Formats: sequence, structure tokens, C-alpha cells
Amino acid sequence: MNDKKHLSVSAIQNGTVIDHIPAQNLFKVISILGLDKIPNLITFGTNLESQRLGKKAIVKIADKYFEREEINRIAIVAPHAKLNIIKDYVVVEKMLVEVPDEIKGIVKCVNPKCITNFENVTPKFKVADKKNVSLKCHYCEKITDQEHMEYR
Amino acid sequence: MKNRSLVSINDLSKEEIFKVLDLAEEFEKNPSQKIMDGKVVATLFFEPSTRTRLSFESAVNRLGGRIIGFSEASSTSVSKGESLKDTILTVANYSDLIVMRHPVEGSARFASEVSPVPIINAGDGANQHPTQTMLDLYSIRKTQGTLNNQKIVMVGDLKYGRTVHSLLMAMSQFNASFVFIAPKELQMPQEYKMFLKDAGLKFEEHTDLAENIKDADIVYMTRVQKERFSDPMDYEKVKNAYILRNHMLEGTKENMRVLHPLPRVNEINIDVDDSNKAYYFTQALNGVYARMAIMASILGLK
Repeated sequence: MNDKKHLSVSAIQNGTVIDHIPAQNLFKVISILGLDKIPNLITFGTNLESQRLGKKAIVKIADKYFEREEINRIAIVAPHAKLNIIKDYVVVEKMLVEVPDEIKGIVKCVNPKCITNFENVTPKFKVADKKNVSLKCHYCEKITDQEHMEYR
Repeated sequence: MKNRSLVSINDLSKEEIFKVLDLAEEFEKNPSQKIMDGKVVATLFFEPSTRTRLSFESAVNRLGGRIIGFSEASSTSVSKGESLKDTILTVANYSDLIVMRHPVEGSARFASEVSPVPIINAGDGANQHPTQTMLDLYSIRKTQGTLNNQKIVMVGDLKYGRTVHSLLMAMSQFNASFVFIAPKELQMPQEYKMFLKDAGLKFEEHTDLAENIKDADIVYMTRVQKERFSDPMDYEKVKNAYILRNHMLEGTKENMRVLHPLPRVNEINIDVDDSNKAYYFTQALNGVYARMAIMASILGLK
């Protein structure tokens, strides 16, 4: 698909490349990692062909490296994401996202009658299903599934 | 259980459940023990529930404790916009234990996390009502002699009924089998059926009442509420199908008992009341013993 004269997303010298993001969740990843609030140079491409995901997105963040905990926060929207850590144009490390056992903040509880939607209470979930990612609310005990996930 | 909050029946191990049931039995034999002398229990009812509140207050009184609290939120600072957290932190200064009923789901868990004194959840919206489950368990064990291998028929609103959901979860620890009888609008949610499947427990689903109670050990009735139906016609069609009548009890097990969390409207015909299989009023009495046992355990008095 790629025209040889044209790179879909240009390479970075130092930083992190996050690949295999489902295209429809690209902006969720950006928001969860707070990429819309940092001064770094960021390039992204979306709706790229992917055998696994149909349409995928890729984000390249210059001069930025993530802690494991930080990166696992995107697991709910991009469970198959792969990270390449780039130093001087070379991939020095690869990381896979792991779905954590617990999720705090990030997602809103789907239950409109849940205390987290009434008072100043940070939503907290146990991950009930790691594969399809469904979350059980620590407070109201209702399940929020992938389809109904809203982000705070 | 000492100094721990009771938010959900799932917070208790099998052993802890047995301990509470044994203690409730002791209180039934000897209900007036002044072991709560000098203790103050706050009953915070952010929505009215006369039965549950009176049951708790009766339990506290029989144990010699004192009660402060309110029976509806409109007369309190909540109506001025005070947060639940602030209410709890304030009332915790005045009491040794807080019993709370609140319409918002998860409110009890949240309260237990901010409160310096233990919280007993007396119902948080459609979520949990663990003391009800405890008195149901007590009633089953008392009438059947055991909690093991019971066949439990649940009737009525199985979709929204939190008591049946909690009872199902609790009884699943004791190799129970279930029969669900409900109109198709109010059937047992998928998540509970999946849970039973995963646990390897048997269940059946039916829409007819009379046919399916013959080999039951417990028939657990609940109210089918008109408000649950989007189309009032659908309600009219099914409203009489889930009424238990005395003649239906013919041919049921001698030891079968009919339970109901109350209040009853018309889902158990009054001609059932005189049957020796009607147990719902004694069940309500058992609630006092169960709550005595729970409070005594949490306060470390027994």
C-alpha cells in the first residue's frame, strides 16, 4: 500500500512508537496517555491496513519514554499494542501492553445509578475479562463492557 | 468480622456466614441480652424503608444499645447538598456503628472506605442488601435443617430483584439447584445464569408457576411491579400468572416453605397465610435475630 516515495508516518530519532492501536481507539489512547497535553513532537497515522486489526493506528512520540504502569493504562482500549523504544533511530527495546488486574480512573462506570457518577469518587474496577476487557465496578458491582466504555 | 463493615454478602466467607447463623440461633433462644449497653448505633436511611429500619432498631433495643438517625433524607443536611462523605464522617463521630440505606448503588462500599466506624449496608439501590440475605439463609437453614443441596424456586421479578440475586450468589456455595419462574420481561439476567453454568450448578427457567413448584424445598416469591413494564398491557397480561394460591401447594413437599422478603402486595394470596408452608412472617422475625448477630459480631461483643 505504501508508496515508496512516501512514508506514512516519518521515523523518529529518539522516543516511543506505539503500534497496533485499533484505529477507532487512537484518540482514546492519546487522551489516556495525556499526549494532547505535552509539548513533545508527535506524529500519528491512522486507518492503516492491518491484517490483525483491520484498520490500525500508530503513534510516534519524540523524546518520551513511558513507565510500565503508565503504558498499561491503554490496555483497555488497545490490548494488542506494541511499543518500540527508539534510541538514535534504532529499536532498543520492545514492550507489550499488559491488561492490569485493576483499573483506577480512566473509565466511567456504565451504571447511571453508581455512586461514582454522583459524588466525587474515583471509579475503580476489577478487570473481569482480560481478553475482551470487561470491568466490574468496585462500588456498584456492575459490569462495564468494551462496547459501553466511556472515558473520563 | 470484628470492626469490619458488611457491604455485600460476598464479603463473608462460608465460615463467617455459619458463625453469624449460629449466633442468630443463640439470640433466638435468648433474645434479651444487654450486651450493647453503652453503644450507639446510627441508622441513616437516605430513602425510607420502614421494615428494615424497624428490624434493625428492634435488634439494637433488644441488645440494650441506643439509636440515633433519620428515616428519610429530606429533613437532613443532605437536602442542603452535603456530600455522603461529609455526612458519614460527621455521624461517625456520634456513633459506634452506622447502618445505612441509600438509593445510590455502591454508596455503602464508598461509605465503608471513608468511615472510621464500621458500616452495615441496609440496601444500596438495586445492588446489595446483605442482612436480608443473611436472614434468608437463616430461614432456609432453620426450616430445612441444612443449607446444602436445596432446590430453590424463585418467582416474580428476577431481573431487578436484588434479594434473589444475592440469595443466588450465597446459595451457590452450598450446591443449590434453582428454578426461575418469571415473565419474559423480568427473567434472571444472563450474568447470573453464566455464573451458575461456570459453577456447574443446575437451573431451569419456566414461565408457569403452579407446574414447577412440586419438588421445591424453598419457594421464594417476589413482587412483580407494574413500573417495571414499558407497556402496561404486558403487565396486565402477566399480573395474575405469578400469584401463589393455597391450592397450588397441594402435592408440594411436606417440608417446603414459602419465603418472601415483604412487603407483599398480592403475589401471595392471603389464603396461603394459614398454610403451615407459609413462612414469610417468621422470616421477618428471623431478620431481627440475624441483625443482632451481625451487629454483635462487628462490635466484637460475641
